[in-house]
Amino acid sequence: MKTDEKISVQPEDTRESVTFGSDRNKDFSKEPLCLSGKGVTRVFHTGKTTTVAVDHVNFEFHKGELISIVGESGSGKTTLSKILLGLLEPTEGEIFFKGQPRDISTGAKKKEYWKGIQAIFQDPFSSYNVFHKIDAVLLDCINMRGGKNLPKEKKIEMMTEACSFVNLKFAELTNKYPFELSGGQMQRLMIARIFLLKPDILLADEPTSMIDACSRATILDMLLNLRNETGMTVIFITHDIGLAYYISDSVYIMEHGKFVESGRPDEVMLTPKAPYTKRLISDVPKIHEPWDLSTVEIK
Amino acid sequence: MKHTLKNVFHSPRFLVGFIIFMTILLTVLIYPYFVTRDPLQGLGKGFLSPGTYVSVYDANNTGTYRVELPEADDNRLESSLPVKDRQTMLDYLKAMGADVTGLDTSNENFHQLIEVWKANYSDADAKAKKYEGFSTQAKRNELRRLNNRLSTDVSVPMSVTKGEGDSATVSTVATSDYVKVTEVANAITLPLGTDNFGRDTLTELVKATGISLLVGLLAGSIATSLGLLIGLLAGYIGGVVDDILMFICNIFTVIPGFVLLILIYSALGTNSRSITTCAIIIGITSWVWTARSVRSQVISLRNRDHVNLSKLSGHSLGRIVLTDILPYIASYVVMAFILQVSSGILAEAQLSMLGLGPNPNELPTLGLMMNWSKLFGAYTSSNAWWAYFPVILVIALISFSLNLMNTGLDQVFNPTLRD
Repeated sequence: MKTDEKISVQPEDTRESVTFGSDRNKDFSKEPLCLSGKGVTRVFHTGKTTTVAVDHVNFEFHKGELISIVGESGSGKTTLSKILLGLLEPTEGEIFFKGQPRDISTGAKKKEYWKGIQAIFQDPFSSYNVFHKIDAVLLDCINMRGGKNLPKEKKIEMMTEACSFVNLKFAELTNKYPFELSGGQMQRLMIARIFLLKPDILLADEPTSMIDACSRATILDMLLNLRNETGMTVIFITHDIGLAYYISDSVYIMEHGKFVESGRPDEVMLTPKAPYTKRLISDVPKIHEPWDLSTVEIK
Repeated sequence: MKHTLKNVFHSPRFLVGFIIFMTILLTVLIYPYFVTRDPLQGLGKGFLSPGTYVSVYDANNTGTYRVELPEADDNRLESSLPVKDRQTMLDYLKAMGADVTGLDTSNENFHQLIEVWKANYSDADAKAKKYEGFSTQAKRNELRRLNNRLSTDVSVPMSVTKGEGDSATVSTVATSDYVKVTEVANAITLPLGTDNFGRDTLTELVKATGISLLVGLLAGSIATSLGLLIGLLAGYIGGVVDDILMFICNIFTVIPGFVLLILIYSALGTNSRSITTCAIIIGITSWVWTARSVRSQVISLRNRDHVNLSKLSGHSLGRIVLTDILPYIASYVVMAFILQVSSGILAEAQLSMLGLGPNPNELPTLGLMMNWSKLFGAYTSSNAWWAYFPVILVIALISFSLNLMNTGLDQVFNPTLRD
């Protein structure tokens, strides 16, 4: 495998076009509910130990909103994201999808639900089946959206459009395997996948944590563009409260499986109430200021 | 795929194993086209050592050529008097007190030895004096026969009767008359001699290798498919299905496989044990560890992001298992299959050796050949190494080559083992 031979695409560093921050004045509470939950709980039993990963959480995500769920490792973010995606069943509580109780009891119903919610995972390197070519990954999305019988030219046109949305050239990617791309390119391809699928909700589980800082800005920019263009709800799961502040419309702070604080980013970040939020904020290093480590808990 | 295959064939271990295995396999496949004899047909009685056997009858009726080998007479004498007999002669001469200085069993002193012998030996003398070491009747008879053989002059032409009845003609065969082996109507080369039934060991061995490989392949396929299916189901579905399947696995684990095999085999009776039955039984008693390891691999794979993404793409359980899980464990399954084939062949050999193998009247297997060698004393009384040693060698080579291929694959697929 020639790992050093990366595909030449347009430069990843397109920070000039990045417009961090969202439309802070927009009140999303007037938008229709996209996904909400009441008393959602998930308990794991391992031998004699019982772990409550998600503990009676309530949430309301509106259409077109960009929500950040912030918490440190082990706070239950990933478990919650799996519950939201329908990959894990909650032990207790109810989830509503577009105002209706979510029903994913059969394979067909699950399939229908997954047309409405899709995900981008943390590790782009393990997100792809290494035996499938990039074409197959994208074609799969077109087929899922009911484009199975479209003419070949139309499919190629759609794939080319999706790739150019994320600054990739489809002609250069065709017949290549995902592992022949760099991490940033793979994650952009994931966004291209979402572009083709056009779900109502996108759940991005730490999509930038495995990527270098320059590519990170590009990925975030693309996610925001995608949201603005399609009006989809984006649930952004991160451990980086600084990042959450810049991009979200609302923030949920998660500690030990519970939402300890939620609200607009300005409220939560500038006037934090919960001690955990205060700690998270103080843990963010600030340029031009000495880093205050006094609040860091050493376990 | 191409890249993986290239890597696999770059592994020296795999390559050596592959070459040995393919040589054995090709021999098994090609040999029957050259030797069409029935491998179970008896050619004679009992063990014949390896060599070329020429029909004396047909040699007489074959056109002769005149060949004059300078050392022909010497060879003839030497052949008529083996070293063992020469030693007996020396011993007798020493016992009767004759002068044996300068005499030994070598070819140079051959004529001298015969002269001294002729000067000293007489039947009456041997009978009367009863020299030490030659006091028994049997010993004296041996001496008499030896003496009679010496008194025939080997350089005299031999008369031979050709044909039968009225048309019979008597002709003489000169010492310089030779026949060409390929012109003799009936001559057979037995590179590995014959076994106790007088069967050509090589032909039988090739057939037996083929059958044993078939048993191994069938048993290996059954064990691997069963193990794979159970492992995939238990690992991917999990929950109660996993618990039940693992319970069955545990039961099979605690019962020693070989004991189970022996019990099933002896319960079946010889006549109902066909080759296929044997392979199936070996297969269904040896899937356990494949199932266990496949299960553990699937458990680690089922929560990977690419599997989750495949689920989110609405793929069915079958498709996820076939395209997102199976390819990831394919290398492992191939390795398990190779080991299962090897252990299948060994299991068959062990059972047959104990007399519990397939029906011996149908086809030979490597284990049955070992069993026959044991029963008919090939490695005790008959000292017929050719009846069992090649069998051991083939079993060892097959097992060795398969294990070598497995280690080679392990080296390719398991990065921590790479040099």
